[in-house]
Amino acid sequence: MTPQGILLVSVVLFALGVVGVLTRRGAITILMSVEIMLNAANLAFIAFSRQFDHPDGQVYAFFIMTLAAAEAAVGLAIVIALFRLRESTDVDELNLMKW
Amino acid sequence: MELSAFVVLTVLAIVSAMVVILHRNQVVAALSLAANLVSIAGFYLLLHAQFLALLQVIVYAGAIMVLILFVLMLLNLPEESRRARAPGPIQAGLGVVLAAVFVAVMGWAVFGATEASAFPRPSPAFGTVASVGTVLFRDYFYAFEAISLLLVVAMVGAVLLAKRRL
Repeated sequence: MTPQGILLVSVVLFALGVVGVLTRRGAITILMSVEIMLNAANLAFIAFSRQFDHPDGQVYAFFIMTLAAAEAAVGLAIVIALFRLRESTDVDELNLMKW
Repeated sequence: MELSAFVVLTVLAIVSAMVVILHRNQVVAALSLAANLVSIAGFYLLLHAQFLALLQVIVYAGAIMVLILFVLMLLNLPEESRRARAPGPIQAGLGVVLAAVFVAVMGWAVFGATEASAFPRPSPAFGTVASVGTVLFRDYFYAFEAISLLLVVAMVGAVLLAKRRL
């Protein structure tokens, strides 16, 4: 287990999250892909924290976790409001604010 | 031992992430995301960050996953809506190509710019609640207060958004 190995796992997970956001249409699937991307960033932060033996990286990961919790709460509330309006969570049907 | 744990966690993390982005049934995707989050917690344990591993299991695999599953069941949409078209070949292809380019560039940056090395021995206090908490409340105190304010705002916002009428 090397720092490079951990960082490569983090990069691959982030790329998978990007593919999920770019190719899926369900709002909840997109939210889950965003969670994967946030976790990939967290993994890189902890790897660097371990490499330089300093807790700063863990504090950043802690803040990102808090941010992810807030994002999930607001995002899911938006999905519920959306479902009431459209009976669907398909992001392609959200064209009200498109010109 | 450490290497085999690393390999198992890597396979688990990547396979479960692929299930999340590929499976049509969103409940399966959500459960697979839980597996992914737990495997990330395993990585944190391998990196000696016990406190963060515990937080990961409690906050992510506990709270956020329950929230996502709760909404999936509340809205009764295990499947993505029937009307949903599959992404066009251009969109899907471009997404995969962009991600592959990202992996190639970052992989080159990680392996090309640095020479392979092992992690140094951690100090005994590394990853404990005491070491993280000291830095959190000494150097990042204002950021901590700001993020607690953000949580309150997100909570009020979520109630406001999801409520039928105030």
